[in-house]
Amino acid sequence: MAEYRLEMKGISKSFPGVKALDQVSLKVRPGTVHSLMGENGAGKSTLMKCLFGIYKMDEGEVYLDGEKVQIANADDALHKGIAMVHQELQPIPERSIGENIFCGRYPLKKLLGFIPVVDHKKMYEESERLLKEVRMEYDPKAKLGSLSVSQMQSVEIAKAVSMNAKVVILDEPTSSLTANEVEALFRIIDDLRDKGVSIIYISHKMDEILRISDDVSIMRDGQYIGTWEAKELTTDMIITKMVGRELTNLYPPKHNEPGEVVLKVSGFTSIHDKSFKDCGFELRKGEILGIGGLVGAQRTELVEAIFGVRAIVDGEVEYKGQKLKIKRPKDAIDNGIALLTEDRRGSGIFGVLSISDNVAISSLNKYLSFGVMINDKKVEDLVNENVAKLSIKTPSNKTQIQSLSGGNQQKVIISRWLANDPDVLILDEPTRGIDVGAKYEIYTIMAELAAQGKSIIMISSEMAELIGMSDRIVVMCNGRVTGEVAKEDATQENIMSLATKFN
Amino acid sequence: MNKKSGKDIKNFLQNNSIIILLVILVIVVAVLKDNFFGKSNITNTASNVAVRMFIALGVSGCLITKGTDLSAGRLVGLSACLSGILLQTTDAASKFYPNLGDMNIFLVLLIVIAITAVFGLINGLVIAILKVPPFIATLGMQQLVYGICLIYTKATPLGGFREDYTNIAKGKILAGWLPYLVIIALVVGFLMWFLYNKTRHGKYMYAIGGNEVAAEVSGVNVTKTKILIYVLAAVLYACAGFLLAAKTGGATVNAGQGYELEAIAACTIGGVSTNGGIGRISGIFVGVLVFELLKVCLQFLGVPSDYTYVVQGLVIIVAVALDIRKYLSKK
Repeated sequence: MAEYRLEMKGISKSFPGVKALDQVSLKVRPGTVHSLMGENGAGKSTLMKCLFGIYKMDEGEVYLDGEKVQIANADDALHKGIAMVHQELQPIPERSIGENIFCGRYPLKKLLGFIPVVDHKKMYEESERLLKEVRMEYDPKAKLGSLSVSQMQSVEIAKAVSMNAKVVILDEPTSSLTANEVEALFRIIDDLRDKGVSIIYISHKMDEILRISDDVSIMRDGQYIGTWEAKELTTDMIITKMVGRELTNLYPPKHNEPGEVVLKVSGFTSIHDKSFKDCGFELRKGEILGIGGLVGAQRTELVEAIFGVRAIVDGEVEYKGQKLKIKRPKDAIDNGIALLTEDRRGSGIFGVLSISDNVAISSLNKYLSFGVMINDKKVEDLVNENVAKLSIKTPSNKTQIQSLSGGNQQKVIISRWLANDPDVLILDEPTRGIDVGAKYEIYTIMAELAAQGKSIIMISSEMAELIGMSDRIVVMCNGRVTGEVAKEDATQENIMSLATKFN
Repeated sequence: MNKKSGKDIKNFLQNNSIIILLVILVIVVAVLKDNFFGKSNITNTASNVAVRMFIALGVSGCLITKGTDLSAGRLVGLSACLSGILLQTTDAASKFYPNLGDMNIFLVLLIVIAITAVFGLINGLVIAILKVPPFIATLGMQQLVYGICLIYTKATPLGGFREDYTNIAKGKILAGWLPYLVIIALVVGFLMWFLYNKTRHGKYMYAIGGNEVAAEVSGVNVTKTKILIYVLAAVLYACAGFLLAAKTGGATVNAGQGYELEAIAACTIGGVSTNGGIGRISGIFVGVLVFELLKVCLQFLGVPSDYTYVVQGLVIIVAVALDIRKYLSKK
């Protein structure tokens, strides 16, 4: 038997404008739990998606039990013995547990000797056996949707087991589980390990990692930092290795002076149990307020609720000394609040529309002649002004926005909001997925706006950016505000410890 | 440079393949049959295009916002029947309302528009507020309207329309070469162009089609815009029904049947994307024209009318398939 169950060598993967993985290696021993750690954006999920065949790697080699393999797609990966339980599960909730386990490879029997039909009896018997193996004795005929998230996860694991997986990838499996559910999951993981299965475990939760891992590999900025035995490590050592990067001159100088409080948010509680609860913070005039936390801390959900996109059961917004009722985004916009959403493609750009249309959509009321007709000249002037000011690189204003690079798309959407001259700008991951040059330009715009007395809220999962740009940082964990760090005291370590407070 | 223009030509051919094929068909038929360019064929085709233009314009708003309106044809039928009933001559045989006097034509048009618009409003409310998929919502409305029309008219064929009414459709200027209908359609086409390109409503409509979530986040009142689109569509169907009855000089409950599919096909041929956010008035005009010419050509070639359904169905499927291909290749 080869020394390593799985070996990945020199894996590189680029997306337009970003090198997501740069010569990354990973060696996993048989029958071990191997944790993969790193900040958001370090490349963990990308690496696993390359292994599982969801992404095609640009270069690099994969060995399974010492044999070189090429993985074409997810189905191929499953057949070669690699299974992945995704960060967001993708089951079919309206079908039974058994059908979910055997989806795509139903056991067949011949009706009347020649008509192939699904052998339901065999499928449910097999499912029952598999569920027993992961110590989850549910009725395999029950609808999958009737289970909790953690139970669905164990069904996914049962599915992986049923395929005789040699390597099982668990991508943040505990992010939505309760303590008891986590214990149950760990028992399953222990059983799998005893059977000789290798488990790659991705998580941000230090105590979990140290408890169940045999080995820990750490990644940072798309690069492989190293692998250590878990018993040699402490939480502090892991954090230092994860974030241990020098802050260089990546940020423009700032000349803003935070003034009086303009926005006060209090008691925000989502309609969903697992989302944000009783969240509040204050924002000052001319201030850049960072909101830090791990993925899943419900930061996006909180700001979207403030903006009127998501529903709340409770919560109050006090804006310039007055209570504000925001039912839909239009109410917020009319009051001078803007939100640059996290998901640029999903809720930011109008892909098939022109740059001009994308810039002008939120401020059309300003360019009317005779009360109804849009004055194209005024719109063009606005667009030209913004294209020049934000140095948006585009062949013409008529170009479809979807043909621009991510950074330029982001600048177009920032222009859309600047056209409304807002006093409060909420920027949700403003530099995600854009290259370094464009990042600096966006930081410069932020610094200028703050110096003009605009207030900015910036959600960021990049520690360095959070510390480099914010005047003050509010940190969230599991839907709650866990603390606030002043610019002077902000270090990656104290933010990380607030961001993992409840773990 | 040469290489690039070569690619442009290829793109042009690919993006307009149906139109090009149909134009070739028209040329072939025109050469083979010498009365193709005769006055009666041209004015008749132009009048048909004019009526169908209204329906296509109505459906286009729904398509651009990723919806559809399958109730279009039946609403045209309902408004044709209503118009006919209210505009029969006082001495018409088997008059629907024997005691009804002569009503003002414009008043009748307004009544027909108002009644039809109610159905459009219901479509809009069901789609925008109850979030029923447009396909299902308007399919249901299609049946519902047909039923109401049957109950109301008791399936009686209507005829004996007033001359001042039928003249709207039959009247022509320029020595009989230019029907009033064409002028009316051009005016409405211009108004719709203005609405789509120069007003907030138009911009909001394209934005919703481009990305509904982003539109809501950008402050667009998506619900209101969608409702307006379906009401406006119904208003246009009402005009089409009103003119259709005038043109044919009679109306039955089956008037307008299947027109929604013709309109959707015409829009798609004319470059309105079923993926939303894309579509121009000029394209819709070309689409209606080309689709109508296809029907005329088949007639001239002596293809039995039963076969024309087969051809039309094929054209619709091919047009949408080509449209989707454009979208796929961009991914």
